[in-house]
Amino acid sequence: MAKRWLNRHALRGLVSIVAFVVLWELVVVLKLPYLKFLPLPGQVAASLGQSIASSAYWQDWELSLGRILVGFLAAQALGITLGLAMGISRTARRFVFPIFEVLRPIPPIAWIPLAIIFWPTTSLTIYFLVFTGSFFIVALNVLDGVKSVDQSLVRAAYSLGAKPRDVFWRIMLPATLPYVLTGATVGMGVTWNVLIAAEMVTSAGQSGLGGMTWAAYTNGVLPVIVVGMLSIGVAGYLSSALIRFLGERFMPWRRRI
Amino acid sequence: MSTVRRNFGEFQVTGLTHAYGGVPVLEDCSLEVPRGKLTVLVGPSGCGKTTLINILAGYEAPAGGRVLLDGQPVGGPGPDRLVVFQETALFPWMTVEQNVAFGCRVRGMPAGEMRERVQAVLVKVGLSDFQAKYPSQLSGGMQRRAELARAMVNDPKVLMLDEPFRGLDAMTRSIMQEFYVGLFEEVGRTNLFITHDLEEAVFLADRLLIMTYRPGRIKEVIEVDLPRPRTFQVMATQRYNDIRQHALELLFEEASKAFEAGSKAAFDLVDGLARAAGRQ
Repeated sequence: MAKRWLNRHALRGLVSIVAFVVLWELVVVLKLPYLKFLPLPGQVAASLGQSIASSAYWQDWELSLGRILVGFLAAQALGITLGLAMGISRTARRFVFPIFEVLRPIPPIAWIPLAIIFWPTTSLTIYFLVFTGSFFIVALNVLDGVKSVDQSLVRAAYSLGAKPRDVFWRIMLPATLPYVLTGATVGMGVTWNVLIAAEMVTSAGQSGLGGMTWAAYTNGVLPVIVVGMLSIGVAGYLSSALIRFLGERFMPWRRRI
Repeated sequence: MSTVRRNFGEFQVTGLTHAYGGVPVLEDCSLEVPRGKLTVLVGPSGCGKTTLINILAGYEAPAGGRVLLDGQPVGGPGPDRLVVFQETALFPWMTVEQNVAFGCRVRGMPAGEMRERVQAVLVKVGLSDFQAKYPSQLSGGMQRRAELARAMVNDPKVLMLDEPFRGLDAMTRSIMQEFYVGLFEEVGRTNLFITHDLEEAVFLADRLLIMTYRPGRIKEVIEVDLPRPRTFQVMATQRYNDIRQHALELLFEEASKAFEAGSKAAFDLVDGLARAAGRQ
């Protein structure tokens, strides 16, 4: 039964993709205004084939993924720590929260000029921007998580003889984990936005998937622009899937029975 | 008949007074929870039953009065006085086995001894086959049993239960009542059971404490001399009905007071009493 459903879903997905490609082809072949400069699906496929065979393409992947990993992990580490601190200590919250309220609404992309001036290398600049993209989201989600820990569970734990240390590690942290996951999911989406923008602005020549796409634009190689876009889409999808997988792995109690 | 074993304790509560925002909830409330007995506290919702249990458990300090456990004043919450709450307070991220082991683990019990005790309790409550499940995967009745097990494994001096079977469907509730009374008769621990269901109260109790409507005080103590072990057949006896009728009259007075006070809780109680009376 489950298998048949899966097939039906897969079939519908396939139909939609084929329809999209056909439409795309038609738009170009019929020379519709504004859209006639689009490369044909076949040209993009050929270009993608060339890219896959070239090591430069995979270096761009590696570069982008590495930047995401460093910036994102740093944002998680600091965001979770700070979120927990703010959730547990009122003093910490009163110190940090006002600054948060001022800095948080600034779109991460608005940090680009200052970051370029401030950090000595392109890598550091991009790490910082990626970090900024998800840090606030992660910290605020964790703060929210600590605040919404069910107090009857905390009470039960103390009753059973737990010490504050046990309550922190065995109650607070697991109760906050779903919020960490939400922070990571939302943060990852923003992170890719910021990374691509940053790479397009900062990278002269081929550097990362964003840099590669921008370079294709400046060189006027249209199929490669589309290859870049598709690659970014796939990378974003894979990142989200990885977070979903980790979420299920670390929170088995939330799995569907 | 229950036997007094191990280090089961007894409560002596004298002159307890407590208020929330100027509204007196408990006033000069004195009671005893004797060793090895099942004491049931009945009263309308909003009469201060939960406040009383929070004070006994050490979650709240009373504004006045004394709580002694075996002659010693009680401090903050501790594993010698455990409460099973009406809402499930099982830790969702722990399996049944981990939930039950929690108390032993945080107090640093050696792993071997802990495993042995946890397994023994799980057998007792019939959850051995479900120990690897998470609470969300259990039925309501199983969740209540897991919670009973989590408290029992620590061998508390007093086990307190605050309307533990509320929210279960009628059939599961009856089964849990029989199961619980059997468990009590087997272990003979000091139990304090809180409910607003009179039939449940008479069926379970050695001693029945009737509470007044706000401010809460003990109105009368009824010794329930029904034979043990108890099964639901006891509810068909004349003695059971006499006790229930007497308690019903006492409670009805309090419910009427609550009704005049216009409390929502009072409507619940009057409704419950009317149903109980109708079942006679």
